[in-house]
Amino acid sequence: MEVRRSILFVPGNNPGMVQTAGLFGADVLVFDLEDAVAPSEKDAARDLVSMALAEVDYGRVDKCVRLNSLDTFCQADLEVIVPSCPDLLMLPKVHRAQDIVELAGLLDGLEGPYQGKIGILAIIESPQGLAEAYDIARSHERLMGLLMGAEDYTAMVGSLRTKAGHEIAVARSLVVNAAAAAGIESFDAVFTDVNDEEGLAADSLLAKNLGFTGKAAINPRQVKTINDAFNPSPGEIAYARLVLKSLRQAEREGSGVASVGGKMVDAPVAKRAEKVMELAEKLGLPGAGDE
Amino acid sequence: MKSVLKAAQAGTLESNDVMIIVEPGENGINLDLESIVKKQYGAAIAATIADAAKALGVTDVNVKAIDRGALPYAIRARMVTALERAGIGPERGA
Repeated sequence: MEVRRSILFVPGNNPGMVQTAGLFGADVLVFDLEDAVAPSEKDAARDLVSMALAEVDYGRVDKCVRLNSLDTFCQADLEVIVPSCPDLLMLPKVHRAQDIVELAGLLDGLEGPYQGKIGILAIIESPQGLAEAYDIARSHERLMGLLMGAEDYTAMVGSLRTKAGHEIAVARSLVVNAAAAAGIESFDAVFTDVNDEEGLAADSLLAKNLGFTGKAAINPRQVKTINDAFNPSPGEIAYARLVLKSLRQAEREGSGVASVGGKMVDAPVAKRAEKVMELAEKLGLPGAGDE
Repeated sequence: MKSVLKAAQAGTLESNDVMIIVEPGENGINLDLESIVKKQYGAAIAATIADAAKALGVTDVNVKAIDRGALPYAIRARMVTALERAGIGPERGA
C-alpha cells in the first residue's frame, strides 16, 4: 500500500513554485498544464515541467502532470512529458471509460522500451462522468484513482458551490463508491478558501469519513492540514492495537471469538484495524509497530 | 546545424525565472546577459544557454537573457521554448 493522502497542485509555468513543490510534505505533486496555464504559454509550461521532472530531486513523492483534455492539447502535452517519466498523469474532463482507454493507447505508443508504465488519475467533473464513474473506474489497469472535480461539476449541474458542500454530497459518495468497487483510490476535491484552515480541517475529515483515500490541495499551506486529517488518530491507532491484540489472544487460546470492551471483533473490524495499523506504520506514527 | 528564423521570446521577469529573447545571428552564440547573480553565476548561466542551443543543433544565434535567479533547469527550459518559437525543433502545437 502506497500512501497518498495529499495531492498538491502546482502551476506548471511558474519556476519558483515548480522547484519548491517538494518541500511541503505532499504525497503527490501535480504539475498543472491545464487551468493554471494560459493557452499561449502551454508550450513553455510543457518544457519547464519536462525539465523539472528530469532535473529536480523531489524525493520519494509521486510526480504527476495534469494534462489538457483529450479534445484540446493533450497529445502535444504527452509528446513532451512522457519522455520525462512522470509517475502519474492526470486527465481532466473524463466523461466515459473510452477516454481512459484512449489515453492508455496514446501512452502505449509513446513510452520508451525501458520506461515503466505511467499510471493514470481521472478527474470526474461532469454529470456524465459521474453517471459513468464505475465504468470509468474499471476501464483500464493503468487507472489508479478518481479525483472529484467539484467546481466544474457544480457549474455544469447548476448548483451553488458552498463551503459546506451539501450540493456535492451525493457526487462525493458516488466517486468513493465507484473507486472502491473497482479497487482503486479516490481523492476529494480542493477546498478553495486557502485562508480558512478550520474549514479545510473539517472538510478533510469529512472526506476521510466518507471513504476518500486522500484530498487535493490548491495551496502548499493546505498540505499539512490534509495529511493530519488523513493520518490515523492516536485513538484509532490505540483501538486498532487493542483489536489486533485481542485477536492474537483469542487465537492463542483457541477461541474463535475475540472482543474489545465487550464488543465482538468481527472480520470488518479486524480488517479496518489492520489497515489503520499498516498506514500508521508506513507513516511512522506514534503507537504504530510491534509492541 | 539549424538557423533561428525569427525573433522569439520565452519566460518572464518574475523571481526564479529568466526572460530569454533569441534573434537570428551569425558567428556563434552571442549572449547579452543581465542577471542579479551575474558575478557569481554568469559563466554557469552562459554555459547552460549555450548547451541548450547546441542540443537543438543551433550554433549561430543572438541571445538576450534577463535573469531573475532561475535555476539551470528553468534556464534550459526557457531557452528551448524560445528556440522552438523561433522555428527550431519540432512543432509541438499550441
